[in-house]
Amino acid sequence: MQINLKVWRQENRQAVGGYKNYSVSDISEHMSFFEMLDKLNNELVCKDEDPIAFDHDCREGICGSCGVTINGRAHGPLRGVTSCQLHMRSFKDGDTLVVEPWRAASFPVIKDLVVDRTTFDRIMESGGYVSINTGGTPDANAIPISKLDADAAFDSATCIGCGACVAICKNSSAMLFVGAKVTQFTKLPQGKVERRVRVKNMVAQMDAEGFGSCTNTGACEAECPKEISLTNIATLNKEYLKASLC
Amino acid sequence: MAFNSNIPKGPLKEKWTDHLFNMKLVNPANKRKYKIIVVGTGLAGGSAAATLAELGYNVEAFSYHESPRRAHSIAAQGGINAAKNYPNDGDSIYRLFYDTIKGGDYRAREANVHRLAEISNNIIDQCVAQGVPFAREYGGLLDNRSFGGAQVSRTFYARGQTGQQLLLGTYSALTRQMKSGKVKFHPRHEMLDLVMVDDKARGIITRNLETGEIKSHAADAVILATGGYGNVFYLSTNAMASNATAAWRAHRKGAYFANPCFTQIHPTCIPVSSEHQSKLTLMSESLRNDGRVWVPKEKDDKRNPNEIPEDERDYYLERMYPSFGNLVPRDVASRRAKNICDAGHGVGSTGLAVYLDFNDVISRKGQEWVAEKYGNLFDMYKQITGDNPYVCPMMIYPAVHYTMGGLWVDYNLMSSIEGLHVLGEANFSDHGANRLGASALMQGLADGYFVIPYTIGNYLASNKLVDVDVDHPAFKETEDEIKAFNTKLFSINGTRTVDDFHKELGKIMWDYVGMARNKEGLEKALIAIPKLREEFWKDVKIPGSESEFNPELEKAGRLADFLELGELMARDALNRQESCGGHFREEFQTEENEAKRNDEDFTFAAAWEYKGENQTPELHKEDLNFEHVKPTTRSYK
Repeated sequence: MQINLKVWRQENRQAVGGYKNYSVSDISEHMSFFEMLDKLNNELVCKDEDPIAFDHDCREGICGSCGVTINGRAHGPLRGVTSCQLHMRSFKDGDTLVVEPWRAASFPVIKDLVVDRTTFDRIMESGGYVSINTGGTPDANAIPISKLDADAAFDSATCIGCGACVAICKNSSAMLFVGAKVTQFTKLPQGKVERRVRVKNMVAQMDAEGFGSCTNTGACEAECPKEISLTNIATLNKEYLKASLC
Repeated sequence: MAFNSNIPKGPLKEKWTDHLFNMKLVNPANKRKYKIIVVGTGLAGGSAAATLAELGYNVEAFSYHESPRRAHSIAAQGGINAAKNYPNDGDSIYRLFYDTIKGGDYRAREANVHRLAEISNNIIDQCVAQGVPFAREYGGLLDNRSFGGAQVSRTFYARGQTGQQLLLGTYSALTRQMKSGKVKFHPRHEMLDLVMVDDKARGIITRNLETGEIKSHAADAVILATGGYGNVFYLSTNAMASNATAAWRAHRKGAYFANPCFTQIHPTCIPVSSEHQSKLTLMSESLRNDGRVWVPKEKDDKRNPNEIPEDERDYYLERMYPSFGNLVPRDVASRRAKNICDAGHGVGSTGLAVYLDFNDVISRKGQEWVAEKYGNLFDMYKQITGDNPYVCPMMIYPAVHYTMGGLWVDYNLMSSIEGLHVLGEANFSDHGANRLGASALMQGLADGYFVIPYTIGNYLASNKLVDVDVDHPAFKETEDEIKAFNTKLFSINGTRTVDDFHKELGKIMWDYVGMARNKEGLEKALIAIPKLREEFWKDVKIPGSESEFNPELEKAGRLADFLELGELMARDALNRQESCGGHFREEFQTEENEAKRNDEDFTFAAAWEYKGENQTPELHKEDLNFEHVKPTTRSYK
């Protein structure tokens, strides 16, 4: 098959970016979207042109490195799938795909489709942990945790930190990301000890990094490749309110 | 150069305890006077960096990723072993030790492996305390499952995303230290060389991957936790950026590289579909708990698998290994899959695949039960292949997955360069010639949380280190070497892309240094690899410049190292005239086509010393002594 691409090209943080058109032919439907980009990049290098920079690593949908917006959809048209797990069989011969980096003031573009998400790390630094050191911990079975709570904690902890929620949100809100971490720890006895200070600090850092607020549109849940539920934001709000009152 | 395993004296079960007492300590107030560099922040590096910072050391941590959470540890699916014996099925520290030594086909150090088994239980406690959401039973206690090479259930898991959950635990501990200022994290920084002062590792040179800046960093000790070198094969289950550069450049500076030919081919991966493939995807070994491996009894049977009746199927692992069945170790399962496909029973369009069938368990326990346990793996399979494994059996084939070989380290995890410590997959120490499933996460975290924090203290307290900073001439010298290396790469301006060369190297490696090796093929590889290396240095094409974000330049540097490492792997494989674990030499097999070891001549770790470009490396042998487990022919029948 043949695909037309309209790709965001931007030399570096300071440069002004713009779209550039490419046509890629001889694409097999079994290729992943990134393997199609690999093919294009190989052709570009041979033609002495600058290949398209994009973040990617595991290509298994778990590392969270990748993420591009395709025709306005974060990680492309499929639900619950990262960009790297998207295959060309999801598109038709002759389709035109507009490929953009995550768009958010808190995710500045480094080059082309690569963005800087260190803001997420700083939010995690502000409280995304249980404050224990290595060693001296009790036996792992000392505190029973109901299977329902453990499973619910896992459902939140499955977040890969890709930033699709922010990229697709009209407010560039990081509340699904923060909500998922806060919810994970709220469900577990180990996390409950610091729940108040954690939620306050993480929300404060989120605001300081310039992420917007949530207006319950739900685009984040719809586009999250790990299908993290909007109820994580509800839990975040509840925890924040409780912490503010105490 | 030090080449002594430094295994403590005394009975096996007391070595680590005694050693903990005998090692020197750094007084808490003095720890803050030391700086330690940690390269790589996956499970091993991240846990080491966090723990050292908690103890009071100043840590500078480096990763070529934008965040520690991107490390490839995150992709580990199945689980982590520990000798808790929660299921009451007869497990113990000694049994975990025994299984790991046997699983490694008697090519690992007893003392290291016993320590690993001792520490395993602390790791689970630590992770639970961090809030890692392991799978639990309805009563609220932790659940376990079985993995290959063991007859007990000792594997803790978090659905099919155990590596992710453990790494996020480590990452959380690390971010806490980043906030406290005890860890300074350098994202998107790649280590390009090791700096030595007075024959000791005293720093590194990095390239800032965003700006291209080459920079020196000095410290009192250096830790490498930079993962394995499976990508030498081009196609592997490793992440795209996984590479051997940090380890290889340390090797060029004098760190011995041990057992490079010990690579693990994982039996359950999604088969290669065509030429454009950029990487391979693993389907967790845990699937072999409930999935049954089979091929049609008839050769070239092209029928839909669901139409092949039960009596026309060959469940060959269950037939050949009745006691372990589908849960034989990885090397055995891989080799059998290859043999059965080579004999014409393979399925799929290429004939290089076997079925992994869940029909039995789905009819026994229902689809919901299967989805709960393996849901994400089934979804991943469906997304990649377009087939639904709930309806049609999965097709799987072995693929390069893990490297048991790595930089040689002593019992204290120090390499043959003083002050250079190596953790996790990057070292060679604990898995012998074959790693058992769910043991990589265990080893990475054992090294980082519970070994290096003590042993590095002993190193610092036992050595009077002179003050060194980046103004020392050794740094400038090494920086200049790196700059010259990059300039040379750009000056070639040839016609072939980096990937093009990498694919060719991968094919040589897979054909001649892959799942089954022989003298003739290895000798071919020893001619083909240097020839390809020469072509690479004449004809590679790298776009752009040094001083910008340039992934092609990154790949070129890594491939330059793979082109040297690949040759060493072939040399090591040729030298090891026996079959053991993942290293299968066709000339050395039993009548039943099992690996045939030669204990008399090869009970050693092969540690190779770099002797200069295009020079033959020198082999040093570390003899392995088995005082507790008597090497026998492994039998999983």
